[in-house]
Amino acid sequence: MISPLLRKLRTGFSVIVLICFIFVFADFRSVIPEKYISYLLYLQFIPSLIRYIDLKTMAAGGFLIVILLTLLSGRTYCSFLCPLGIGQDLFSRIGGKIKKRFRRFGFKKPHTIIRYSLLAITLGVGIIWGIYLVTVLDPYSIFGRFMTYFGKPVILVLNNIIAWILGKFDVYTFHHVDIKGFNLLTYSIPVIFFLLVGIMSFVRGRLYCNMICPVGTLFGLISKVSLFRVKFNESKCTRCGRCSVGCKSSCIDFLNYHVDVSRCVDCFNCIDICPDKALSYSLIGSRNIAAGTDEGKRKFVAGSLMMLFGISRYASAQEKKNVPVPKKESTVKEQRTSWVCPPGAGSIEDFTKHCTACSLCIAACPNNVLKPSVKQYGIAGLMQPVMDYHASFCTYNCTVCTEVCPTSALKPLMLEAKKLTQIGKVIFIKDNCIVKTEKTACGACSEACPTKAVFMIPYEGNLVIPDTDQDICIGCGHCEYACPVTPYKAIFVDGNPVHMAAKKPENVESEITTPVEFPF
Amino acid sequence: MRRRDFFKTSAGAGLAAGAALSLGGYGRLWASSPAPAKYDMVAIMGGNPDAMFDLGIQELGGMGAFIRKGQKVLVKPNIGWDVVPELAANTNPLLVKRIVEHCFKAGAKEVYVFDHTCDNWVNTYKNSGIEKAAKSAGAKVVPGNSENYYQEIEIPGGKKLKKAKVHELLLETDVFINVPVLKDHNSTRMTASLKNTMGIVWDRGFWHSNDLHQCIADFALFEKKPVLNVIDCYNVMVKNGPQGVSKEDVVQMKSQIITADWVAGDTAAAKMLGVDPLKIDYIPIADKMGLGTMNLDSLNIKRIKM
Repeated sequence: MISPLLRKLRTGFSVIVLICFIFVFADFRSVIPEKYISYLLYLQFIPSLIRYIDLKTMAAGGFLIVILLTLLSGRTYCSFLCPLGIGQDLFSRIGGKIKKRFRRFGFKKPHTIIRYSLLAITLGVGIIWGIYLVTVLDPYSIFGRFMTYFGKPVILVLNNIIAWILGKFDVYTFHHVDIKGFNLLTYSIPVIFFLLVGIMSFVRGRLYCNMICPVGTLFGLISKVSLFRVKFNESKCTRCGRCSVGCKSSCIDFLNYHVDVSRCVDCFNCIDICPDKALSYSLIGSRNIAAGTDEGKRKFVAGSLMMLFGISRYASAQEKKNVPVPKKESTVKEQRTSWVCPPGAGSIEDFTKHCTACSLCIAACPNNVLKPSVKQYGIAGLMQPVMDYHASFCTYNCTVCTEVCPTSALKPLMLEAKKLTQIGKVIFIKDNCIVKTEKTACGACSEACPTKAVFMIPYEGNLVIPDTDQDICIGCGHCEYACPVTPYKAIFVDGNPVHMAAKKPENVESEITTPVEFPF
Repeated sequence: MRRRDFFKTSAGAGLAAGAALSLGGYGRLWASSPAPAKYDMVAIMGGNPDAMFDLGIQELGGMGAFIRKGQKVLVKPNIGWDVVPELAANTNPLLVKRIVEHCFKAGAKEVYVFDHTCDNWVNTYKNSGIEKAAKSAGAKVVPGNSENYYQEIEIPGGKKLKKAKVHELLLETDVFINVPVLKDHNSTRMTASLKNTMGIVWDRGFWHSNDLHQCIADFALFEKKPVLNVIDCYNVMVKNGPQGVSKEDVVQMKSQIITADWVAGDTAAAKMLGVDPLKIDYIPIADKMGLGTMNLDSLNIKRIKM
């Protein structure tokens, strides 16, 4: 095949895929049903592989399809399905447009030692110790972090501007969304990778994919035996070198009529560029047949998408200020034995083994209770999500994070099961409580509790004071969030390192009956 | 209204800023003094929420007695919790809908509905049934989820609560109709009219940590007071309030209390719940501060059974 449609197909398809991914991560209004998100993520190689290893079910067999696809067609995954790869093409294109003179990629030798070492180390560490390097290097997760930490805040800013303007005209179709930043440390990895991937792709096309990305290297290996590949028709080639200059993988050695399939990402730019129809994408061993026509340059929307990769600092500057402070400061520190990991995790150990910190759950959580960890799970668990009950609480009627997780680090929970999954236990610190320290009514914690694991018992005079029943507590953290005491809360949730089952709250019919007369 | 009208006028007609201010400005802002009602309070029992309101408002001279043509109205229900209407943690959506309809019938230019929810606001607006009900009657359902929508006001005479950030709609509308649902409350024992104002402010944590009862009473001092309190006592959460755990917490009382005096309204509501109003501290505090009366015998109350 030498049809120019190949490249059109690739750009069209990949733009749609990229837009879908951006939508999924920026969907702060939760308009996309979770099942569509899982369709989109089904073919992401690393998440699918982890899910398969964990669950051993073909329902997580997306990675097998990708391997078959690679055996058949080469590294099409990198150009058609990988959001990070597509994002780099976008950057590369912008880089090419900005450069005054025509940018020349040209053929370069492969970084053989670096790429295979990185693949071997990632595999080795993954098998012997755990997921850590995979977390750092999985291209989907890298993209997810870009979107969550930089992309979504930019989209929220745009949303807020629109909401503000429409609000002036009494239209509330869009609403203001507060932008919650994260601990600055958690930005370190995304920032480093953003610079690394960004600059590399800006200047050198797909260098990152061919030097660092272990998934790319793995597919490169598989591609060496793929059926379809980009090939030269030596009789037609005039050695003009345009293909090589335009190859963002720098893998076309036109002097030797050779395409390095281990680095070729099947973008089909060369086929489109070649004026002599000397390059084709065809079955290994087959002869080239001349056909089709070529046309000029194609344009697609690029500039505006640049906005999606914004800056991180804006978000952290938006942290909530002016938290009301009661008269006296609380004195007793919360004694936490464990942090709280999200519902569906099963246990912290199990969770940290399977989470690649793609941050999709963090982006999808409608209540913003999930935060990337700093040291809660140890340094190896950096950026894996943890519940932050000072920032928000886990909505009782919600299972979104468990549904979107592509790696099975969070396993899907039915709503009824989630309502009985105890991810932590409530602990009341009476000496911090306003009812005791100020001798005034409060009850914010009990009010917030969805199961009445926190309830009020008589105290002095007309006052009532909280008491707790850990058996029916599910650890949602609404009490901790609602407690107005600072700096230490008077009530908090201590994490369950291994999640447990909570008892169903019992309830009995009231003695009060329907009135027949007005009591006043 | 100030900012918004300014923008609208200047964008639409290109009028000068000064003219715009005088058009939409201060004069109308606090306008709310309807014709005197025949009764101080109407209590209805035995019907559906909407039918009871129809009867009750008729006894008070119709909604036209409280709203003038062209005015903007804020209908403030309790939309605190992400639960279905049957569990009665939120105001009955049928009642909200009917009130909005009456407002428009009386010539309201615009009717707004919002609450500063406790649970996730998107789910809460949806699952409470109120968003749909209010919109179907033509009201604008406005978010209250962000501090951006709140403006600081002063409360002269407030003992504990001297300042608060209130939703801009409270300031920008001409008429405020308070539509609480009567519920048990774990801490204050009961929530109805006065306590419903906690959904108008942004920083209710301050109330909780600075003498909740006094703050509730203090806020009632604020100059923008409801022309009506419509207390929904159709399904009443009699325990485990204000959120409730299951339907066992709910008793169907099929009642409604309508009054301009929120202290009297809450006094009557407490009796519906079987609680001594004196035990609900904010009610006697508000009574002493002269914000209304606990003495129901001094009022002209119309009681209707359907």
